[in-house]
Parts: sequence; C-alpha cells; structure tokens
Amino acid sequence: MQKLHSKQQQWMPVLFLAPAVILFVVYVIFPILQSIWLSFYEWDGIGEKTFVGFSNYVELFDDYQFWVALKNNLYWMVFFMLAPPIGLGIALFLNQKIMGIRLVKSMFFFPFVISQVVVGLVFSWFYDPSFGLFNKAIALFGMEPVAVLSDENWVTFGIIVAGLWPQIAYCMILYLTGLNNLNPDQIEAARLDGAHGWKMLRHVILPQLRPATFIAVVVTVIGALRSFDLVATMTSGGPFGSSSVLAYFMYEQSIFNYRAGYGAAIATVLFLIMDIYIAYFLWRMLKSEKA
Amino acid sequence: MFPTPIEKRSLPFNLSYRVAVWIALLLWLLPLIAVMMTSARSMADINSGNYWGVPSEWMLFENYTMVFTQTPMLRYLINSLIITLPAVFGAVALSTLAGYALAKFKFRGNVALFATFIAGNFVPFQILMIPVRDLTISMGLYDTASGLILFHIAFQTGFCTLFMRNFIVGLPDELIEAARVEGVSEWQIFWHVVLPLVRPALAALSVLIFTFIWNDYFWALVLVQSDEVRPITAGISALKGQWMASWQLIAAGSIVAALPPVILFFAMQRHFIAGLTLGATKG
Repeated sequence: MQKLHSKQQQWMPVLFLAPAVILFVVYVIFPILQSIWLSFYEWDGIGEKTFVGFSNYVELFDDYQFWVALKNNLYWMVFFMLAPPIGLGIALFLNQKIMGIRLVKSMFFFPFVISQVVVGLVFSWFYDPSFGLFNKAIALFGMEPVAVLSDENWVTFGIIVAGLWPQIAYCMILYLTGLNNLNPDQIEAARLDGAHGWKMLRHVILPQLRPATFIAVVVTVIGALRSFDLVATMTSGGPFGSSSVLAYFMYEQSIFNYRAGYGAAIATVLFLIMDIYIAYFLWRMLKSEKA
Repeated sequence: MFPTPIEKRSLPFNLSYRVAVWIALLLWLLPLIAVMMTSARSMADINSGNYWGVPSEWMLFENYTMVFTQTPMLRYLINSLIITLPAVFGAVALSTLAGYALAKFKFRGNVALFATFIAGNFVPFQILMIPVRDLTISMGLYDTASGLILFHIAFQTGFCTLFMRNFIVGLPDELIEAARVEGVSEWQIFWHVVLPLVRPALAALSVLIFTFIWNDYFWALVLVQSDEVRPITAGISALKGQWMASWQLIAAGSIVAALPPVILFFAMQRHFIAGLTLGATKG
C-alpha cells in the first residue's frame, strides 16, 4: 500500500503539470526560439524563406527608424521611473482613516482597471489642440497652445504621461498595501528617538517598503519596454515615426511592410534588452526563496 | 501608522486635509470626467466647441442608444465575454494544478520549471507574435474566438502558476501528509483538501486575469480581423476610424468598454487588491 503511494506521488505531479507546461511550451517557449531562428531569414510572412545570416541585424543597426524607436524606449524607461515615487507620494497622502477614504483610494486606482485603448482615447482628447483640457490649462499660464501629439518634439512625452497615469495608480496600490503592513513597534521606537517626517521616511519606512519598491520598479521597467497599446492608439508611431517604440516598430514592419524576418530581428533585440531585467528579477526571486 | 494620523493634528489642518483629498481625486480623474461629459453631449455642442460647459441638451440616453443600435458595439461586448470568460477559467484551472505540483511535490527540475513560468510571463509579446500567428492560422483558428482563448490561457498560465504556487506554498504540509497517511489518493487530496483552501486566491486571481484579458489589445489585432469575432478593445479602435467626427459616440463607446472590468473591480475590490500584491510581495 505504502509502495503504491510513493509511486503515485512520483507520477502525479507530472499529470498536474502536464496541461499547463504543454500549452506554455507550445505558445510561449517554442515561439521565442522560432522568432530568433526567423530573424536570420528574409521572409514576407507567406512565401519562401531565404537564409540571410546576420543581414537583418546589419540592416537594423543602419536603420534610422530603429534608433528613433530605441531612443524612445529609453525615454519611456527613464520617465516611467517617476511612477514609483509619485505612487508612493499619493499612497502616503491617502494613508489616513477619514470618512470615504476607501472610495477615494479605489477611484485613484481606476486608471489601472480600464483598457489602455480607452486611456489612449482619453488622453487624445486631453491634448486636443482646439478644445483639449491641456491647452486650456497652459493658456491660464499665458502659454501658446501646443499640438502635443503632432509635434515630434513633444509627442513621445505626451504618450508617456498617458502611460504614467495607470502606472502610478498601480504603484500607489502596492505602496498602500505596504503601508498597511508596517511594523508599528519600530515606528513608535523611532518616534521616541525624535524621528519624524523625512528622516522617519528614509530610515524607518522606506526600508520596510523594500518589497513593494522592488515589485514597483520591475513592473514599471517591463511596462516601459512593453509599451505598445498607447502608441498604437494615440499616434500609430507618428508623426513620421517619431513616437514609435520597438514593440510598435516590429508590428509595423511585420504586418504592414510584410517583413516578418526583419520584424523577428527587432523582436529579438527587444527580447534581449528585456532579458537583463527578467534575469535580475528571477535571481532576486529565487534568492528570497532560498532564504 | 505613518504618516501621523490626521486626527492627531490641529482642527484646521484636519479639515483642509479632508477637502484636499477630494480635490486631488477630482484633478486625478479629470481626463476621464471629460470623456463622461462628452458622452452626454449633442453633436451640435461638439461642433460649436462646447466641451467644458454644461451640455446645451442632455443626450446621454440618445448617445448610448445610438452606440448599441448604429454600431457593432454590442457584438464587440459579447465577443469580449465569449473570449474572456473561458480564458479566465482555463488559465486559473491549469495553473492551480501546476501551482500545487510546484508547491508541494519535490522533484528534479522543480525550481527550473518555476523560473521558466515566471520568465515567460515577462517576455515582450512581439517575440511571440509571428510564430503564434502562424500556429493559429495552421490550426485553422485564425479569426476565431477559440484562437484567442487558447493563446490567452497559455500565456496567462505563466503569471497564474507563479501566483498559485506562492499561495499554496503557505498552506501547512501537515494537512496533505495526514491525508496521505489515511490513504487518500493524490487527486482526492487536491480536490477535497487543497481546492477548498485556495478559494480566496482563486477569486483574487480570476478578477485580475479577467481585467488583463478583457483589456488585451495587441492579440486582438494580431489574431482577429472581422467584426464577428473582434473584442471590444480592437472594436473601439475600429469605431474610432469610422466615426471620426462623432466624438460623443466614441466617448460613449469608451465608457461601455471600460465598464465591465470597473464593475468587477468594485464588486471584488478586496480580492483584486489582494491579487495584485499577493502574487508579488516576495521581493
């Protein structure tokens, strides 16, 4: 009897895992390898594939549009990093017990729940040169109206602000949860030592919020590298490709220009950039598992 | 408590804080409020540039009726449900099984497998796009709900497995061991011991995944092309192309598209927030 059990314990996990693993391999793991393999071919997505070695990559590094998209991804990453601190700020601001505060917190979280397509539409209105709220607001300060989404100097920043809206909401929720689980004894002890305000935040509160910060930063970086929906909805990468990012550039090349091999090369570069963060995240995750 | 509880401060400070909170919320949601107002306006208002004043006539009912009668919005809404509900169920079911195996069984490659699920969940969609599209076409599932459902189940399994495993790891081993000693079969243990205990996690995960899949836009573009199958995110996009000047319609459509996840969020708020943080509080 005992024997049969240990046998069952050996093959049971295999059965439990099989459906998830098979689907995941077919739809995620294998396609990654296929895309990397494809990036060495010239292919229109339908006909014959021609092996071209590294020529897609050589062409990519000579492609002005690639550098524009890469530069924009860098802007996304740098400015998206505002989301964790602003999220923390709002969380600290709302971390009180007054009437209706739960409703307020939920409403603040709203932008994260709605689809990015809708967020894109909302902000397209916000920036509209003729009646948008944005131009109404800067007119109060005596500034000339700006057509944010058709000005190549401003457009990427305009989209990033739209992206920050839900991202800040997400970071805020992470920090609110973190603030709920603070250790009150430590705070009391620090108060008796005369710590308050900034000092308290820096030396007592922030160290306790480290897990929340870690998740907020990882999710924010990944979000910045993944940005696609807002660019597609608000500008389609325009004007003249000036607001494109790698994810959108790849989509454009594969779907509209019928260059699947070239698209795969762009995707592979994006994947390699992302891998740095994935590896770091895994390393942290597994380290805390062992601890 | 940090910051210092407001009730310990002076009365004026306390009162101004209470006012400030609501003003901040109003500013935070202003872009969204603008869209809501637009969805209640008449075409005449929009043409004459009245975007911020009181609507000259309230067209709320007419606009929303028009969205459902003149545009395929209702179709898109139903499509989104047809795609999202089975995908949520499938992803949660498969990952509960997988998460249990990873959490409570020791076998070689356990950690490697877990790491693969986590890593796969972070990859950029573009690295999957061409092969997944070809695979879907070759299975004859291009432009069908099933094609999208299958992909969503497979992809979300990464995050869901991470989530379920982290939850199940926290369950006491003794319960499972005791059942084993009693001679209960492994499947029965899963069904009668583990499953009842993970209910809160199932609720949290389902709400979260519902939002993710409902709001997906990229795969709706890549795997679907006809109005009969198109979910609401891609639907709104298509609508924007056709009704360029009818902002009040696009606005009303946007509100309709945003509503289901919002309603779900408010109904299951506690679960939703638990879900966001539980899958990821270990850093």
